[in-house]
Amino acid sequence: MIETLATYLQRVGPDLIDGAVVTLQLTLVALALGVIMGLPAALARVYGGKWLRSLAIAYIELFRGTPLLVQLFVVYYGFPDLGLTFSRLTAAFITLGLNSGAYQAEYFRGAIQSVGSGQMIAARAVGMTLPQAIRYIILPQALRLALPAWSNEAISMVKYTSVVFLIAVPDLMGEAKILAGRYFNPIEIYLTVALVYIFLVAIATLIMRNVERRLQTPGLELEIERH
Amino acid sequence: MSDQPILRIDDLHKKYQQTEVIKGISFDVQEKEVVVIIGPSGTGKSTLLRCINLLTRPDQGRIWLEDLEITAPHTNVDKVRQRIGMVFQEFNLFNHMTALQNVTIGMTKVLKMDREEAHKQGMWELERVGLVDRADHYPAQLSGGQKQRVAIARALGMNPHIMLFDEPTSALDPELIGEVLSVMQKLAREGMTMLVVSHEMGFAREVSNRIIFMESGYIVEQGSPNKLFYNPEFERTRSFLGKISELYGENQESKG
Amino acid sequence: MEFLQDLWLLIQYLLAGTGVTLGVTVIALTTGFLVGVLLATGRVYGSPALSAFTAIYSLVIRAVPVIVVIFILYFVIARFVDLSPFLSGSIALGIASSAYQSEVFRGAIISVPQGQMLAARAVGMSRIAAIRYIILPQALRLAIPPWSNEAAIVLKDSSLVYVIGVAEILRRAEYVSARTLEPFLAFGAAALIYFLLTFLTNRGLDWLERRYRLLM
Repeated sequence: MIETLATYLQRVGPDLIDGAVVTLQLTLVALALGVIMGLPAALARVYGGKWLRSLAIAYIELFRGTPLLVQLFVVYYGFPDLGLTFSRLTAAFITLGLNSGAYQAEYFRGAIQSVGSGQMIAARAVGMTLPQAIRYIILPQALRLALPAWSNEAISMVKYTSVVFLIAVPDLMGEAKILAGRYFNPIEIYLTVALVYIFLVAIATLIMRNVERRLQTPGLELEIERH
Repeated sequence: MSDQPILRIDDLHKKYQQTEVIKGISFDVQEKEVVVIIGPSGTGKSTLLRCINLLTRPDQGRIWLEDLEITAPHTNVDKVRQRIGMVFQEFNLFNHMTALQNVTIGMTKVLKMDREEAHKQGMWELERVGLVDRADHYPAQLSGGQKQRVAIARALGMNPHIMLFDEPTSALDPELIGEVLSVMQKLAREGMTMLVVSHEMGFAREVSNRIIFMESGYIVEQGSPNKLFYNPEFERTRSFLGKISELYGENQESKG
Repeated sequence: MEFLQDLWLLIQYLLAGTGVTLGVTVIALTTGFLVGVLLATGRVYGSPALSAFTAIYSLVIRAVPVIVVIFILYFVIARFVDLSPFLSGSIALGIASSAYQSEVFRGAIISVPQGQMLAARAVGMSRIAAIRYIILPQALRLAIPPWSNEAAIVLKDSSLVYVIGVAEILRRAEYVSARTLEPFLAFGAAALIYFLLTFLTNRGLDWLERRYRLLM
């Protein structure tokens, strides 16, 4: 049965677009949650007392040392056991956010430690308290230094969200699986989905390059390994 | 002019790992005095300065800033640092801020001045160091000498009672040293109390009221420039100054 | 007492999955390594056409989620060859990893000082000999830290082949969870095992890095 591209797209397009929208939602929420978890964790790790630091390290090591998929299952299937039930989407948001937060914490930590110690000394010498020095002198520089690594994380997040289809979240992969089951053409569907992901990643890359360019400050460039 | 010294240091001791780098230092600095500390590298001169504004905690000894004993246990260290200005060898300008912002950040966040007032003051300080036209430049866009002058303006902006200079010209290319030294000379003429660690013999001889020669964590000798250069009490002083003057100061006209 | 006995059996069952997980990881890393080194060499030293091809290959595969790559390759492989899910899943993961590994090796090859190639040619070696005996040995040692990163990632991504039915740790945890109705315990135990594996792998690779570190 020969089918034109147009009819094929008509068949699968709408569902895939729905899925792509969910994927984008997941990406944005995960990134935001990641900052909310990651930045304080990094600060705790660098400036915190013994307990705070240990707590931060435990969080970071736990979420970086286990697969995202396993974390997802623990949250979605395991927590109801303890009395905490989440909807699929919520479980996805929480897991992706916590996971990203742990990785982001390491990027922020690296950046904070790259801001020369002379900056902190100079800030204290002028009379600033530690919180003031962190807020006005260290963080503004650290966030700019962290930008390349954070960009990478943001762009990759689009891909990381794909595993949530395994708890039946209707993201791009989720819709793909349903379509593949309905029309018995897995290779075509997944190739199409691959193309959509490539497209989304390309857009994300363009956006982040733009952001990087706008936030450039003369004198604050850092050679960070990009993988 | 009061009788009370601006700075008083009594029997200071400081250890790093197992080595004692400051072995019982005591001296005063009077109001409007310019004191230059000289001596071989690694003899604790920088550590001494950092003890004075408590960036480093001394192991033993007491320090008074005017009538406040700053080494006492419950002193508000941040407040103390508002009264002491510090200029570093590596400048340590805030890289993400313009020259003007570097000067005003302390005014707005620490002294709680309002923004217009700080802006005016900041520009005034930049004028004092001759950098009004660089107010909107970032540190990366400034030469070494300009960076250091902005650093001086930043310290001055806090209206300090005493300025500490930690080898302010050691990281500068030779042709840029002059502009920084002349700013420092100007400050001295205006009556600022200054404690300077430096190798610049010309400055020490022409501008200071007193020179302190430190070696191996002790004060070997202190006195007026005339005394130390032409009639020192100790052989050690004579030989050090002789060597240094050959390298740095003897053959140079006072930079002004 | 019976609960504990059951638990012990189930733990053993889970741990048996560790072997499978490690198997998947090793096959994937090896595949990725071999393909990745070839790609990187082609990218840096090949003709403009080869270089462009490898660049595009790397870019495209890295832009697609690993699980999508696994799916596509699994179905494609299944059409032509009769391989177990274990093998096809491992190879698919390996192909995905090869794109990331090629970037690691590319960076490492570029970091070898240019003088090395000059000296090798000066001594009379052909380009290929120089690459094989002088550049690559150094590049591989420089690559150990970022490669360790990728290895840890592949270990965690091995959980993705659960989807095509491979009886590694996660799939077994699911089975355990269904049998005992203790999902938190089952998946929590799985997480713990992965954590230990990752920890040990990192330690091992740290040792490797220290032992073979290239001081330049």
